Amino acid sequence: MYIIIGGGGDVGYYLTQNLLRQGHEVLLLEKDNARFQNLSEELDQSVFKGDACEAITMEEAGARRADAVIAVTGEDEDNLVICQMAKKRFNVARTIARLNNPRHEQLFMKLGIDVTVSPTKSILSLIESELPGQRFVLLMTLKRAGLELLEMSVPPLSSVVGKQLNQINLPRRSNIALIIRGDEPIAPDGEVRVEANDEIYALVNREGEEELRRTFGTA
Amino acid sequence: MNIVILGCGRVGATLALQLEEAGNSITVIDSRNDAFVRLGNKFRGDKVLGNGVDEEVLRRAGIEKADAFAAVTNGDNRNIMASQIAKEIFNVKKVVCRIYDPLRETTFKELGLETISPTILISNLVADAIIGKQQTASTQQQGK
Repeated sequence: MYIIIGGGGDVGYYLTQNLLRQGHEVLLLEKDNARFQNLSEELDQSVFKGDACEAITMEEAGARRADAVIAVTGEDEDNLVICQMAKKRFNVARTIARLNNPRHEQLFMKLGIDVTVSPTKSILSLIESELPGQRFVLLMTLKRAGLELLEMSVPPLSSVVGKQLNQINLPRRSNIALIIRGDEPIAPDGEVRVEANDEIYALVNREGEEELRRTFGTA
Repeated sequence: MNIVILGCGRVGATLALQLEEAGNSITVIDSRNDAFVRLGNKFRGDKVLGNGVDEEVLRRAGIEKADAFAAVTNGDNRNIMASQIAKEIFNVKKVVCRIYDPLRETTFKELGLETISPTILISNLVADAIIGKQQTASTQQQGK
């Protein structure tokens, strides 16, 4: 694939390296001269000096034949414009934007950005799941499938303790993916009995989340 | 009308005073406190200090009741994003966006944003001034 990346900060740099290693054709766009000089020492022809928001730069970068444009600058407004220009002006099939402020997600989706990634949001989820006493954590959302991956810690007094998985009523379109007991992963067979403090990883759609919480007693 | 203006630079401040003079209720947003000095003593509207692409700041500025929104900061991308927030999230009826870069202006105009490019306007005016009135008609045609 031919991928253009806007924003030569750390994220852009490591992303470029990784994608090159995977065998893709990559062009990183960086507008600051000093930073560009720095990057070109390592990335050579894979970095180009220019502002990814400028149509002229994107034209020179060959945006028309790009399979994807990824905007990872530190400013959401720049990332938005890079992706919108790529899509509208250059018909790029896939646009991916980094979101610094997770609250901008709705706007980006509405304006047709294909994928948004919020480091803040991801880190928050991971931290939450490490906090003691947190019994229910949303780990990630699988947008296209409309599903959420949840981590549930079964409280000792929950009504599901002692029940077999096939005896528990799960919401529609939900599914237990894995159970971790102590340090052991356990495949979620129907006959597996739930024990107190089991870590249960479940996939569920948004509507089923509440029901799942109540069923497993983590509400 | 209730009007929210993002950007209290020369244009923003002039615009605010002009629209207020015409009988409208104005709120101006800027990320720098010293920018509001440009409004002078006579300005009766509200001033909100904050980042114009932050929904909370826009709400504080009364965007939910706004009849119109104008984005006139000196950053094209900020103006573009704020205008789209006003339009898509808050459904403000009249949204006007200043975009200096002519190419960006074209793209976002095609995307349905009401845009004004000072670059193109000024170029037209100066060209008219230099080439002279007898060329005005054809110059204006080309400008369009």
